[in-house]
Amino acid sequence: MPARIVVVGASLGGLRAAEQLRAAGWTAEIVVVGAEPHMPYNRPPLSKEVLAGTALAGSVMLRQRPSVADAVWLLGSPASTVDLDARAVTLADGTTLDFDGLVVATGLRPRRLTDDGHVLRTLDDAIRLHTALTARPGTRLVVVGAGFVGCEVAATARRLGADVAVVDPLPLPMVGPLGEQLAAALLTRHEERGARFHLGRTVTRFERHQVVLDDGTVLPADVVVEAVGSRPNTEWLNGNGLDLSDGVLCDEHLRVEGLPFAVAVGDVARFPNARYDSTPRRVEHWSIPGDTAKHAARTLVASLTGAAVDQPAFAPLPTFWSDQYGQRLQAIGAPQLGTDDIRILEGDLHGDVIVGYHRDSRLVGVVGLGRARATAATARYRMVLSETGKRIATDAGSRLGHHTRLGQ
Amino acid sequence: MRVVVDLETCQDHGQCVFAAPEVFHLDENGKLGYVPEPDESLRDAVEEAADVCPLQAIRVED
Repeated sequence: MPARIVVVGASLGGLRAAEQLRAAGWTAEIVVVGAEPHMPYNRPPLSKEVLAGTALAGSVMLRQRPSVADAVWLLGSPASTVDLDARAVTLADGTTLDFDGLVVATGLRPRRLTDDGHVLRTLDDAIRLHTALTARPGTRLVVVGAGFVGCEVAATARRLGADVAVVDPLPLPMVGPLGEQLAAALLTRHEERGARFHLGRTVTRFERHQVVLDDGTVLPADVVVEAVGSRPNTEWLNGNGLDLSDGVLCDEHLRVEGLPFAVAVGDVARFPNARYDSTPRRVEHWSIPGDTAKHAARTLVASLTGAAVDQPAFAPLPTFWSDQYGQRLQAIGAPQLGTDDIRILEGDLHGDVIVGYHRDSRLVGVVGLGRARATAATARYRMVLSETGKRIATDAGSRLGHHTRLGQ
Repeated sequence: MRVVVDLETCQDHGQCVFAAPEVFHLDENGKLGYVPEPDESLRDAVEEAADVCPLQAIRVED
């Protein structure tokens, strides 16, 4: 059998892993397995341009490096089981693939509350929701969950002319990663554009064309979107004695529990960030598939070719963003570590604003909200954040863990 | 090496600026500018910049 690496998962993480395996010197076979029928595509536009109907589905396909032109793509059939001792993965359609090396890149799926509500994770989800929201004017939408996805769907739906209500048990939207001040400013921007928020409330019942809240409020609902977080796709790894309690547990080089022939990338990987501490966490930011793929590919190729793993422990600088109503929220560093000491660095909460998050008087995270100018101003703090990261980290563990769950 | 940025697609995230500061920059209004024909020695950085663009608006030719 010729040498083969199987990448399970054909989204951003799987594609970047294949490219980075080539960049790390792997010249033998690469097979990429994907559950969806689509080639890898970019998810951030799904809740914005694709949902709004301003971008065609084809425009979100990810460009590929020429180095992976000879990779084999097996799409439309998810992996169903893997035997790590035998080094063989079996797909739902019965195909079995032997491998020398394995990359776990199976990502997440939305947590569900009902069988018939909408969710937003895949391209097909976004197209289906666009169709539902534009079926007739003034569609009444209830969004359950005021995190990243819920807020972006609410903003896009308002632009489409839908009547929008958002429900969340927390007192403010996106309050976990942002803290109270900025979350309140974000709420104001939503309310000014006509979205209505029912905060501190939970859904008691989903009924035909309406949603009933715990205080008795009845919200008319032509369309319901469930945006209440995600679950890692790890069932196919069952039976190998792995810790799959929250994604795939990895070491500081993204090896699956230290196995020399298996690595994990993207938001299914639970890894320690040496910039902060030794606690493994999953991180659901867009930048993570690229960051993890680069490091994991080097680890795996070194291991399979008998070389030493010659790179420092994985230590990415977190960044995330969200676009709502043509305004951007841009975060760099770990704001969730500094929500007890929040200071406005530039601007004010009613306009373009840059907010600093401090721990022990040291800047640990910066979030900008507003127009492009605010993004550029936020970016100027990146250098200082990348330098302070290592010094703040020793006792940050539980709160960062809290954030990575909320910050979806 | 030739770099092409689709400025209609670009949304001025600035991730490319950190990957390849010799090639990309944001002006004070947050608008992207770039060097269209950077030195070959910057290829790795430019490819990294293309990878980290959230809009996939950067193309590296040759």
